[in-house]
This record gives sequence, structure tokens and C-alpha cells, in this order.
Amino acid sequence: MPFALPIAQPAPASPRPPAPARAAANASLAAAAPEPMGFFTDTTVCIGCKACEVACKEWNQLPARGDGGAHLEMSGQSYDNTLTLSGDTWRHVKFIEQFPEPYHGRWLMMSDVCKHCVQAPCLEVCPTGAIIRTEFDTVAIQSDTCNGCRDCISACPFGVIEINHVSGTAQKCTMCYDRISVGLEPACSKACPTDSIQFGPISELRTRAGARVAQLQAQGEKGAYLYGADPTGPLGGLNAFFLLVDEPEVYGLPREPKMPTRNLVRGSMLSTIGAFMMAFVGALSLRARRITEVQQASGPKGE
Amino acid sequence: MHPRDMVHSDCIVIMGSNMAECHPVAFRWPVQARMNGATLIHVDPRFTRTSANCDIHAPIRAGSDIAFLGGIINHVLNSQRWNDDPFFQTFASMYTNAATIISPEFKDTEDLDGIFSGLTAFTEDPQWPYSGEVGNYNPESWQYARTASAGNGESQHNPVAAPAAGGVRPAAAPAPKSWDALVHSLLKPPPRTDRTMRDPHCVLQILKRHFARYSPELVEQVTGCPSEKFLQVAEAVLRNSGADRTTSFAYAVAWTQHTDGVQIIGCCALLQLLLGNMGRPGGGIMALRGHAAIQGSTDIPTLYHSIHGYMNHPSAIQPHDTLHDYLAAETVPTGYWANQPKFMVSYLKSMYGDAATAANNWGYDWHPKIIGDHSHLATMSAMAEGKIKGMLCVGQNPATSLNGSAQRAAMRKLDWLVVKDNWLTETAMQWKNGPEITDGTVKVADIATEVFFFPSTQVGEYEGSFTNTHRMLQWHSKAADPPGDCRTDTWFYYRLGKILKARYASSTLPRDEGFQHLLWDFDRDPEPGRAPDVLAEPDEHKILREINGYQSADPSKQLSGYAELKDDGSTLCASWIYCGVYPAWDRNLSARRIPDPPGVPGAELNWGWSWPSNRRLLYNRASADPAGNPWSERKRWVWWDKSVPNGQNPVTGAATAPGRWVGYDVPDFNLTLAPNAKPKPGAIGLDALSGTDPFIMKPDGKGWLFVPTGLVDGPLPVHYEPVESPVHNQLYARQSSPVFKWWSRGKPYNAIAPVGDPRFPCVITTYRLTEHYLSGAMSRWLPHLAELQPELFIEIGAGLAQERGISNLDFVKISTPRHQIRARALVTNRVGVMTIGGKRVHHVGMPWHWGWQGLAVGDVTNDLTSWVGDPNVSIHEGKAFVCNVEKA
Ligand code: SF4
Ligand code: SF4
Repeated sequence: MPFALPIAQPAPASPRPPAPARAAANASLAAAAPEPMGFFTDTTVCIGCKACEVACKEWNQLPARGDGGAHLEMSGQSYDNTLTLSGDTWRHVKFIEQFPEPYHGRWLMMSDVCKHCVQAPCLEVCPTGAIIRTEFDTVAIQSDTCNGCRDCISACPFGVIEINHVSGTAQKCTMCYDRISVGLEPACSKACPTDSIQFGPISELRTRAGARVAQLQAQGEKGAYLYGADPTGPLGGLNAFFLLVDEPEVYGLPREPKMPTRNLVRGSMLSTIGAFMMAFVGALSLRARRITEVQQASGPKGE
Repeated sequence: MHPRDMVHSDCIVIMGSNMAECHPVAFRWPVQARMNGATLIHVDPRFTRTSANCDIHAPIRAGSDIAFLGGIINHVLNSQRWNDDPFFQTFASMYTNAATIISPEFKDTEDLDGIFSGLTAFTEDPQWPYSGEVGNYNPESWQYARTASAGNGESQHNPVAAPAAGGVRPAAAPAPKSWDALVHSLLKPPPRTDRTMRDPHCVLQILKRHFARYSPELVEQVTGCPSEKFLQVAEAVLRNSGADRTTSFAYAVAWTQHTDGVQIIGCCALLQLLLGNMGRPGGGIMALRGHAAIQGSTDIPTLYHSIHGYMNHPSAIQPHDTLHDYLAAETVPTGYWANQPKFMVSYLKSMYGDAATAANNWGYDWHPKIIGDHSHLATMSAMAEGKIKGMLCVGQNPATSLNGSAQRAAMRKLDWLVVKDNWLTETAMQWKNGPEITDGTVKVADIATEVFFFPSTQVGEYEGSFTNTHRMLQWHSKAADPPGDCRTDTWFYYRLGKILKARYASSTLPRDEGFQHLLWDFDRDPEPGRAPDVLAEPDEHKILREINGYQSADPSKQLSGYAELKDDGSTLCASWIYCGVYPAWDRNLSARRIPDPPGVPGAELNWGWSWPSNRRLLYNRASADPAGNPWSERKRWVWWDKSVPNGQNPVTGAATAPGRWVGYDVPDFNLTLAPNAKPKPGAIGLDALSGTDPFIMKPDGKGWLFVPTGLVDGPLPVHYEPVESPVHNQLYARQSSPVFKWWSRGKPYNAIAPVGDPRFPCVITTYRLTEHYLSGAMSRWLPHLAELQPELFIEIGAGLAQERGISNLDFVKISTPRHQIRARALVTNRVGVMTIGGKRVHHVGMPWHWGWQGLAVGDVTNDLTSWVGDPNVSIHEGKAFVCNVEKA
């Protein structure tokens, strides 16, 4: 039953070691916490319907762009009028037309989202501790603690975060924390008619994704591979990983997503100190700017 | 077939549909089939989101579908496999009319250069000169050749009851106790057949001659699809058909919206019957319907030409004067339709209740009759001539509909217009800020129409049932009260009916008796546990119970199925096909939500309820071979189990022979009719069919490759060019269908471009996007949808863009003989140039979701389209016409 999606149920603690970035204070919680959860997005069955984009906005009460959806112009870039993930758009469906001549080529579609990195740069740099790792091993921003400093925006190698134009704080996908905490699956995967987006325990998703790659390879789709599924890969693996059939850059994804820097003091630690020493906030912003510079110098960024 | 069943297909051809974009939820099944190894094929002028998820995309010019399908038919008929494999031969000779012999009078398009025998001159009816007809066929020569022996030894065809216009008819007499005698009198001698299928007049031989010229080369010439690509498709379809494999086709309005739309679908049915892909799991033709309940709106029709359950509407221009006349003209004596008197009398009881009696022919005379084509475009054509005073426009947006400026002009001639919708649509506002008002050609002060607006509920604000494309009724609950004065359409019509009944209560005019006797009683009773209804909405359950039907003498006794219907007035049933959905006062089967257990083969029989009789796969007797065994283990669905005991005959008490049709689904067959059963001589109804006649709604129980009755434009599909085309027909001298509909012919607002008009060199098709719905009346007002596709665009190929100096996102002007509009150019190689008959033709396409109201606004694409259409169903040709594209 490939279409029977598992619904998140509180499950025994994962055998996986706690993510390195997990705050020490969360360690005791982790023992009783559910398994790490994530998204497997199989782009080969995406039909570009944008149901995920809309379901996400509806559930999370995100605003339409522009003047409440009015007076907007089309982008002219295939059927993509959203163009980027942002504080208002937490799922974004990309359309990549590859047609060297009329009627000859292919049209790739991919629903992009926050990768919920196992070693999340955004979380690392956040000076206020607004970005947390949840008991599901996902990454979430707490709006009430975010001071809008934008550090995370520059730190994310995938260009996921932006300031939400209503709240004025940094926002991104929470993997529907409110839904999964009560055993529901996130709005996007629930709405996806073809199960291009699958939600579930990471270990299970990895097995399923591996089998799907093997199936596609056997059916002749030799270019099929997984992006971000490897726990030994960049950023400790991505808890939202993808099945792709072309180079990562084609989808606007960095080939080697990197932590902004390795030799700086971890942002999360700083943020702990920062919580006591508000006077240091200015200095932290300065550091964040440096991180940005390092990142820009070090090559490709998402989108 | 139904979407869920597509998961059983080994090959799926999506043609005349952009399924992934327009039916994204149903598309999960083709996706799953493909994961299981099925081949997915999209045949379409554009490479769309559907093509992106298919193995093969075959580009064809809009309007050339029959040439493509005819090519596959020719390929199949000439293939060694089809001629050698006993599966195909048995299916064709036993289950279709391939072996039936057609009247020697019949002349094919091959003989008459593009027309069939029987074409007659046509004169418009002066009483209703808006039917748009340009020609007429007399189908007499298309009939089966019949044996000399009369009616299986029974009575001759009754000449008095024959549907010959102007014939002498008996004076209205009280209805007989049973209509069986009438049905018997309609019997004809059985058709002649040649089981070897070698007789030159048998259907198979006619087909072979008819399709012989549809070679791969001709397909390429007419459709623009390279012949290798075409052959790839034809081979995949043939390879994936047979005892062990099934292919399905999916279509939507890109097949219907043509001047020969019904014939395109018929052509596919012909191919699927030849390949044995009917009545079998994963086979068939998926008719993708658009709205959530559009299937329901033809079952309980909003159509002008039929009444509930696909019975023809009584008509003043047919021999329908009395109920006897109507039943004599409409009843087919063999096959299940022989029961039409039961359906009709029960229907009339649902209309007029106790007032309908045998003495007054069950109130037949009170029933309205049509006087011609009253479809949308015919009505608009009459409105344009000032013949229509008022219009109720509920859930429809004609201001953005076909040849939109002509429809807006027609509506400006109304005395009154009622619009009931969720928002102030273009139709509600055309008098105030329509394009003609804003450009100054019309002044608001000159419009005399009084416009009323009724705000509507949304789906979560009321309960009721949807009937989806699977003929499945699914009940939905109410989640919230509607805001303000918003009310359901049911409320609107129920109130209107009550008001009209009160108005006519004291009338002495015979024509008003129908209103006086109308059974109109759906008031909500106070129910314990149910909140008092402040909205005065009628009781949806009462409506569905009446549709299901009950014993006339005791409304609490619901009918459990249409086998219980009687023609003596003792049963009341609005729609026979829905009989069984509400089999007891408190049992609403459409509310069931029990899925099959995982891993167990089944048809999800406890989820909702599908008409007829909860069958999920129609004509499923064909899933077994003539002896009643599954054709193959892989395609097992319904079969004959000779060991099932049948107990005693309830009347005689004698033991009955064992044996029953069983399977995963409800068998679509007489449950105890053994595979080797022969027709009963002189019998009517199902008794006239044998144990190997799966198509029980057909008089001969066969799937019709050749269609002797029921179509007005010919018994076989023929490639005709769309009415507006860049090229001459490469098959015959006849350019377009000789009988297509052309409303407001000769009027300047409905001008048609001549063949190959150099002013309009591009072929254009129109379509929908996932992000919007129809005219946008349910989507352009929603911020989260408006932002996804904010502007109207035209998709043009890079070649055309270069020729015309157009860059991506430039504004361009698109023109047809009717109108011109502006849109952004979306330059893409997903559409492009084709070679048609040696001529380079640019193909372009436009979505038609926009109008000037709402959040996302744009010009009305339909202003470009015309009022021409299919003669069988009066649907317009909005999918293929010609235009010009210039930089604005
Ligand atoms: S993708 Fe970006 S926003 Fe999401 S967890 Fe990783 S770094 Fe943070
Ligand atoms: S809902 Fe699923 S199929 Fe639709 S765009 Fe999103 S990922 Fe693709």
C-alpha cells in the first residue's frame, strides 16, 4: 500500500543519537520523545498542482502576496509565480522547463520546503534562541522570541527563511508542529494528491525512498537519486529530503550545502549567554554579518 | 470506468484531457498505476503537467482526434495479433455487434465522399428557429438487417405506435393496467448475424473498409504527430490489451467540445470494444467530469432534453402527444430499457403524487414539453433576438462564456436577470462595468434589465450529496451556518416552487394544472437532536428519499432497488437509476465510508453508493469469457460460480438450478442467468438476451461498434475538420460535419473564418489550469489562488514568438472573426509549430479563467470563441478554432 501514509504517532525514542545541535536541556526530553520525523519529497510524481502551497498557507494562516492576492503580475517563468520560499510561503513548487526544441524535452516539478537540517545553520546562528529543535528532530522558529535580526536568513544555505510581512518576524515551515504533536500529518503532505510529499519517521522514509530510487532505476530513469537522505552527508542529513532526476543546481539546490562557518562559536551557545546578557545583542549581529560574508564568499546558495 | 479502477490499467491513454491539471486528485490513480509499471501516454496539442508525468507525449493538432484514434483502429485491425489472438476474436464476435449485418441500403462515407446515406435537406422550425441545425440525417438505412421471421414469432411492430411524425395516433385513452402489451408490440425480428464476421455487410467488414485509409502517414498529415510517435502509441495500446492486460482511456471536455465531440468519444469506445477493454478491470473509458456533482446534474438533469435517469424529455416535435405515444416512441422492447414504462410512470408519480392516476395517464399532460433545442447556446441565440424575457443564472457565468460579447449583448436584452452566486460575478456586473460599458460602446442608462443578486452558500454550509464521475453518491455534512442571507440553490428553487404554486393555486387554465398538482413537500420536520433550522432550508434527506422512491401508498416504505418499480402507479420514484441509495427511511447508503481491508481485492462496495445498484464497473459480465470464467487470473472481476445454490422458486416452490454470478463487484447482469442460457422466444426486456450478452442496456446485448440508432451525425466516426481550420479535410471532400450546429448563423457577431483564412493562421485551443476553476468565479476571488496565476496569458511557441517579434511576458493581441483580446505572452517550447498537410501551422493555447471582476483580472478568452457545436448534445466547439497573434 504505497499510498497509505503513516500518521505520526508518538513512537518510542529513536535509536539515532540526538542531533548534535539539540540543546542539552532537551536531552532528558529526548529519551521520551517520538522518533525523528521528516518529509520525503519524490519529485518524479509531483504534478505541480500547488495543493501543498495552498494547504500550507491555509493551515498556517499565511498571507497571500501582494495586495491580498490582487494586482500581482505573472513571472513568465513557466507556471511558477511564487518564485521563492519566504516568510509568507513555506512550500514552493518549482517548475523547470527543459525543452531544447518544440515538444521535445521534460518539465520537472518540485515542491521545495525547509530541509529541517540535522545540523541546522539557522539554529546555530540564531542569537535569541528563537530557533529550536523539536522533539520530532525538526527545526522551528518561535515567533515570540524572534527579534527579526535576520541572521538565520543569511545562514540558511537553502534560502528558506524570510521575514513574514504580517508578523515582522523570521518565519518558515514548522513541519506543522501543531498538527504533528497531536498525531496528524502536516497540511502539505495531507493535501498532496499523488503522495509526492510523504511524511513519516525518517528511518522509514529513507527505506521507502531507497526502494523508489531502485524502482525508477530499474524502469530506466537512471538519473534518479536522493538529495539529503544521507545522515553522513552535509549538515548531518536533511530531515526533509528529495528524490531528484537532475543535478541539484537544476532545482536551485546547493550541491554541497554548508554550515556558514566551522570556526565560530556556536550560535546556540551564544544565544544562551545572550539570554542573560542582552547588551551583547549588537555584537552578535555583527557576528552574523560576518557569517554572511563568509557564506557568500564560499559559493552557491539556494536559489 | 472510474478513477479508482485506473490503478488496474496496464496502459493509460489520456487524450482530450489534461488530467493532472484539471483532475489532480483523481490523477493519483494513474500515478499509482505507473509506479506499478503501467505505461502512461498523453496525446495533446500541448506538453502539460499531465504530459510531464507520462511516458509518452504525442502532440496532435486540436480537433484531429478521430484521425489519430482511427489510425489506431486501422493499426489494430491489420495487426497479426488482433487477428490471431482468440481473445480478441471471441470478444468481438460474441460481445460486440461486429458480426451483425447492416442493411444493404447503408452507404458509408467511403462511398459518398464524406457523408453517410440518409442526408436530407433541413428547414428550420418556424416555431423555434434557434436550434442551429444546418442538416439532418434520416437514419433508416443505418439499421440492422433483420431476419424474415417476425418478432421471435411474436406480434409485428405496431404501425400505430411507430414514431412516424404525422401518423394517426389513438385518442388519449386511459392507461392500461400494464404496459407490457405495448412493449411486446414494439418487438422487431432479430438482427441477422455472421459469426465468422466475413459477410461484406457485417459490421467488422464495414469497419475495415471505413478505417483503411487511416494509415500512419495520413495520421501524421492530419494530426501533425510524427508517424513514429503515433506507432509507438498504437503499439503500446495493442500490447497492453488482451486476456491478461487492459488499457484505459481518459478524456474530458477536450473531446466533447467539438462539432463532432460525441463521435470522438464513440471512436474511442469502438477501439476499446475491439480491444476487449470494456467491462473489465483497468479497461474502459474514463469520462472525467468537471464539477464535483456534474454527473449528478445529468442524472437528475439540468439538461433540457432529458428527464431523470436519462429518459428523453417529452417533446412537442416528437410523437409524444400522449403517454402511450411517448412510451411507444421511446421504449426499446429488448434489453433493460424495456422497463421504461415502469421508470416513467414512477417518475410521473414523483412529480404529481396522488393526483397522478391511471385515468389521467399519470399526469403526463401536465408535464412540460420542449419545442426544440433549448441548450445554452440556443437559448442565447433566442435571447439575442429578444425572444427571452428573463433568466435565472445559478452557478453559471455566461458573461465570460462562449462568444462572450454576444452573450453579454443578449443578456442586455432581458427584462430581468437573477444571478445567484458566491461573488458578484461578471454576469452579475456586466450591465455596470462590462467591457462594452468601460469602452463606451454601451451606456448603462440604455440597459433596461432589472438585475437581482442572491448570495449563495459554500459547500461546507449545507448538507447534501455529490454524485462524482464514478456515478458515486457521497453525502457531505454541514460544517457551519452560512453568513448573512446566503442560501442554498435547493432553498432557492424550493421557495420559488412554493411561490409559483401559490400563484397558480386559483388558476382555471389547464396549462397551470401541473403547478397545482406538483408534489412539493420537502419541509424540514422538527427532529429530536437536530437544531431548529432558522434558515428554512428544505430537508435534503426528504429529497433524496423521493429520488430513491417509495411505495405510493406508504411513503415510509422506501424501495430497495429499481427491480421493485411498477408501471401501475403503485411505486413512486423520481430517478430510477438512484433507486436503492436510500433503501429504508433511516438508511442513507451515500453516507457510508467503509474502505475495503488492505490487500483484499474488492470494489470498495461499502464506500458511498454508485448507481446502478451500487455497481462499480458497468457491463462487468464482460470481465468473464463466454463460459463465465475470468479471462485471466490477473483480470478476474466477476464470474459464474455454478455451485451456488439458488433455493426454491418463490412462486412455484420448485427447486431452481444452482449457479450465480459472483465476484468482487455487484454483477451487472441477471444474477442467475447461466452463461449458456438462450434468449426466450418472443420475450421482452432481459429475457430477450442470452447468457453471453453483457451489454444489457443495449437491445441486442452487444457493445456497439456500429451505432444504428441514437446518434444524429452518423453510425461511425469520421474525421471532419473543425468548423474553423487552417486546412482542407485530407480524407474527404466534405470539410466539416454535414450536420453540425451553427447558432445565429449569418449574424455578424457569430462570423466564422473560412478554411485557411490567412488573417487567422494559428490554431488555438482553450483550457483550464489547476490554480483556477472554470470562469474563475470560485477561484479568482480567493487570495491564495489568485496569487498563483494572477494574469491571463497565451502560450506560444518560440518559433512564433520569433516570427512575430514577441518576447516572453509581452502583451499581445489575439483576434478571431468575433473579437480581439489582450494577454501576456508565455513563450515556451511546450507548444509549437506543426506540419499539417504540408503546411506549417503554429499552435497556441489560452486558459479561459479570467474576467474583470475579482482579485485576479484579465480579458475574457471566450470572447474569441463562436457559437458552433455538436448536433447530438449541442456543446460548443471551444477546443479548436483559428486566430491571429500580434504584438500589442
Ligand atoms: S533548510 Fe534552512 S531554515 Fe530549514 S533547517 Fe536548514 S538552515 Fe534552517
Ligand atoms: S501537492 Fe504534491 S503534487 Fe501537488 S505540487 Fe505539491 S508536491 Fe506536487
